[in-house]
Amino acid sequence: MHLLWLIPLLPILGTAMLGAIGALGAIGRRPPKALVTLIGLGAPGLSLALALACLARYAAIYPRPYEQTLYAWTAGPLHLDVAFLLDPLSAVMLFVVTFVGFLIHVYSVGYMGHEEGYRRYFAYLNLFMGAMLLLILGANYLVTFVGWEGVGLCSYLLIGFYYDQDFPPYAGKKAFIVNRVGDFAFLVGMFALVARYGTLRYLDVFPRLAADPGPALAPYALGLTFAGFVALCFFVGAMGKSAQIPLYVWLPDAMAGPTPVSALIHAATMVTAGVYMVARSNAIYQLAPGVSGFVAAIGALTAIFAATIGLAQNDIKKVLAYSTVSQLGYMFLAAGLGAYTASIFHLMTHAFFKALLFLGSGSVIHAMGGEQDMRRMGGLKRALPVTYWTFVVGALAIAGIPPLAGFFSKDAILAAAAGGGQWLLYLVGLVTAGLTAFYMFRAVFLTFHGEFRGSDDERHHLHESPPVMTLPLVVLAAGAVAAGWLGIPAVLSFGARLDRFDRFLEPTLWTIAGHPRAVHEMGAGTELGLIALSVAVAVAGILLARRLYDRPSDGLTGPQEDAAIAARFPGLYRTLANKYYVDELYDRAIVRPLARLSGFLWKWIDGFVVDGSVNGSASLADLLGGFGSLTTTGNVRNYALYFFLGVLGLFWWIALS
Amino acid sequence: MSGTVPISWYLVLAALLFAIGAAGALTRRNGISIFLSIELMLNAANLTLVAYSRLWGERTGQLVVFFVLAVAAAEAAVGLALFIAIYRQRRTIDVNRLNLMRW
Repeated sequence: MHLLWLIPLLPILGTAMLGAIGALGAIGRRPPKALVTLIGLGAPGLSLALALACLARYAAIYPRPYEQTLYAWTAGPLHLDVAFLLDPLSAVMLFVVTFVGFLIHVYSVGYMGHEEGYRRYFAYLNLFMGAMLLLILGANYLVTFVGWEGVGLCSYLLIGFYYDQDFPPYAGKKAFIVNRVGDFAFLVGMFALVARYGTLRYLDVFPRLAADPGPALAPYALGLTFAGFVALCFFVGAMGKSAQIPLYVWLPDAMAGPTPVSALIHAATMVTAGVYMVARSNAIYQLAPGVSGFVAAIGALTAIFAATIGLAQNDIKKVLAYSTVSQLGYMFLAAGLGAYTASIFHLMTHAFFKALLFLGSGSVIHAMGGEQDMRRMGGLKRALPVTYWTFVVGALAIAGIPPLAGFFSKDAILAAAAGGGQWLLYLVGLVTAGLTAFYMFRAVFLTFHGEFRGSDDERHHLHESPPVMTLPLVVLAAGAVAAGWLGIPAVLSFGARLDRFDRFLEPTLWTIAGHPRAVHEMGAGTELGLIALSVAVAVAGILLARRLYDRPSDGLTGPQEDAAIAARFPGLYRTLANKYYVDELYDRAIVRPLARLSGFLWKWIDGFVVDGSVNGSASLADLLGGFGSLTTTGNVRNYALYFFLGVLGLFWWIALS
Repeated sequence: MSGTVPISWYLVLAALLFAIGAAGALTRRNGISIFLSIELMLNAANLTLVAYSRLWGERTGQLVVFFVLAVAAAEAAVGLALFIAIYRQRRTIDVNRLNLMRW
């Protein structure tokens, strides 16, 4: 376990090595592809092996946290260490990130095999793994923040991977800039913590909050208590990273990156960093019930908002992107309700099935030669059987069909809402679940069922992906089936205690002195009824999608069905297809005024004031020099006169002194 | 020592010589004339040195005068050589027309 520090370091070393072998280019040799693959897979592979070894050792000291301090980062009154923390929460994240991350690396070998920039891709991907592991293993907010910024950087680099096209670099910049808004708030939250507690170490701040919550409940700023203020700052940070309203707009555009990147960064790991941080800071959020309510509300709103947009998207990756935003909303809904374990549970199951779905879509796109529009697909299940079946497993899992993973985690969240008496939030969650089932199976039917709608060239090109891509799909599908069994709710456990996940994470929840955590008990009958209801809603969503998009009898293809729906509800459909015009709204309200302000600053402040003062001082010197040069007549007698006057002046001065 | 000339006379004469030389150096346009004027100024200085040397019975002043004479001779040689070179180039030694030393 003392090798914990190597886990984030190895992928970073991998990046350095991949960069270094690029020096071969200087002697005119391309680095051999096998070497790139070896390093690119080896670094995260070793990381995974080490992580598993550490987790096995950690089981012995569970539930105590293990903290490893490498060295003191700062000297002086503010004491910060470069330190790593392994506790049940980071253990879960560590497993998810290294395991899913490694599978996606394996898949990338096949997916990116024919692409230019193979080495660059793996260098970025390894760096991302390193930064993500730094984020989850950091023992204080600052180490976490370094990882937080690192994953943001890698996200930017990988979204803009195809830098020779127009849109990907734009999308990368958008992601980076939107995230700055959140990062700013994160920083402010850290400053507030430092100012009050003089430390950012998790095992310092939280115990002090838990033991003596009084000072944190005093009014602080913005009409909030100290805990409320910090909680709000961190949540705004999470909004950016985890794509919540109003900062979610970058995530759908982030699909411009390679598909495995979407799976790793924009589905399974990075975007869940905000959820992780909120769960990590649960001591603070427990002291801020108002902000927690806000978190839950934003989460629920994001969940249903993104789900409705997902209904009308035709790009297979866009559907998945909005689905991700929606599921992240679910996680925040849970975290806001105080069900931190449920939100992490959903984070984990979501990592499996959403990575699976993204990689499945990648396999489809690979077979289609880069085509992402579902209207040009159809009937692919014959050509891509493995992709089809694993994709269906993923779709069933996200729809919440028992006994797949999504059912248990979604149910845990809905149970938290119902148990807390938040029936409005419960209803939103339930409707979202139905919408999710509908749009996922719309995607399944449009892509895999019916007749092929692409060109003949594309039809001949169709092929199942190589094993290096299908194997990760199968492994992830197994995870999407089984991951939920870690947290079977008590009411379905038949006496045995099978809610292992909750109990595993229990030690990371802080018990605040004088503020007992609310425990919601529901009658077994009510709970079973709610479970049945959510399953019924999911099944209804699937059946509706099947009725609309997989009905050869009426002679309409999927896209024609969409057109028929659009004709019946023109305004509504257009609004959804155009994503509620939020991008346009931001463009008008923020981007363009900002561009105008920048133009003003450029033309007037920089061009006129700054350049003007620089040029002006030069002109002044020129003018004075012009006067001075009038004395340089070239006439020797004038010079003799100056000399004479100078000597007189000198004598005058000497005589005076 | 009766019948000797008082020091002030020497100084007044030297000052007059120096002023004439300075005025000539500043106003003449002919290079040779400027040269002559400068020699006047040098010799005004020499005169003061000798006068004071005599007054205080100190030989150093007279010694310095020999140095000045030697340097002045060398300077005259170099200066005349320069003026000859300039004359060959420009066919004039009117300093008003030698105005190349400007920006």
